[in-house]
Amino acid sequence: MRRRLFLGAAAAATLAALPAWPQERVVRIAARKFVFEPEEVPLKLGESVVLEFTTADVHMGFKCVELGVRSDILPGQVTRLRLTPQKAGTFGFFCDVFCGDDHELMSGTLVVS
Amino acid sequence: MPVDRRQFLKLAGIGGAVLVSGCARPGEPYAADADEFFFVQLSDTHWGFRGAPNPEAETTLPKAVAAVNALETQPDFIVFTGDLTHTTDDPKERRRRLAQFKEIASGLKVKNVRFMPGEHDGSLDRSEAYREFFGATYYAFDHKGVHFVALDNVSDPAARIGEEQLAWLKRDLDAQPADARIVVLTHRPLFPLYPQWDWATGDGERALELLMPHKNVTVFYGHIHQEHHFKTAHIEHHAAKSLIFPLPAPGSQPKRAPLPWDAAQPYRGLGFRQVEAEKPAEYKITERPVAKA
Repeated sequence: MRRRLFLGAAAAATLAALPAWPQERVVRIAARKFVFEPEEVPLKLGESVVLEFTTADVHMGFKCVELGVRSDILPGQVTRLRLTPQKAGTFGFFCDVFCGDDHELMSGTLVVS
Repeated sequence: MPVDRRQFLKLAGIGGAVLVSGCARPGEPYAADADEFFFVQLSDTHWGFRGAPNPEAETTLPKAVAAVNALETQPDFIVFTGDLTHTTDDPKERRRRLAQFKEIASGLKVKNVRFMPGEHDGSLDRSEAYREFFGATYYAFDHKGVHFVALDNVSDPAARIGEEQLAWLKRDLDAQPADARIVVLTHRPLFPLYPQWDWATGDGERALELLMPHKNVTVFYGHIHQEHHFKTAHIEHHAAKSLIFPLPAPGSQPKRAPLPWDAAQPYRGLGFRQVEAEKPAEYKITERPVAKA
């Protein structure tokens, strides 16, 4: 379990440093207290996309449990996370780094069709 | 008809707190058992919160203190399992809320009171202000044969216990025999109760791995603002109600927004609990309201 978590974190860090491939769609998600913009992100089943995160103020996080992805979102940096959804549906994501009042409401959905 | 000890507790419990030590089992001498006691758990008081989910936020905590003080029998000690205050970005305001909370809690008749931070107290400054008022964020103590461990899973804003504290926990548990009675007090669930709402601890499984060799372990926590009972292997986990607003059942609505205040039933879903420690490692939980309806 510990090893799996470690490898997961390492993979996210590596992806964050990589640029998108030219043919990949880039989806920009801006985080600020206490919303993600956009809150609803449409994705296509099997299409590889790069989620590109920025934060307007403090350290935040992005986590989607059902699709098994997470990333820190750090001030002054663009964080990239490559994602190829392998199942259709609506999957919630949320900020998993406590960022203040109403942090608990900071969430959105990935809609894979 | 003879009334055994459990029946006595059930009957006497209708009227309020029950001291179990003085009750005799049939055929046993009438004598106090020094290893039986009870403590009170209060959680998620969120002092400083203002909003529609609790229009009586300024009086809820004082009412809870009064309700504990009104217990017919006073507990051996009291624990607050985090989110003593509601978060604020302003460090001065955070300290003001912590000071006010401490002042109100000092009105408890019982002076043996244990505290721990929740993410609202400690995640924005890694518990710097919290420590100024309440000291260490994780610690252990013994009480009448039970080893209590308070764990901090909130000072890291990513909700991790962290290597340093896990190493401390390992040393602490290594000093306990395998059959020790161990109670863990913490804020967030140590197991992944509902990760989609972040109702988990990032490295909670590491703490549970360390606890697993001990056969008598029970966890009391807060964070989810509702009563919840769960078992991972042989370890029981009991979440407490809040003293500010209830939250929805896990996954029952899209967002983990507070349940609305019901003016017809004020304080509905809020409360504190009594925990009676019984041999060998059983805990009888009695939920108490903030104020009688």
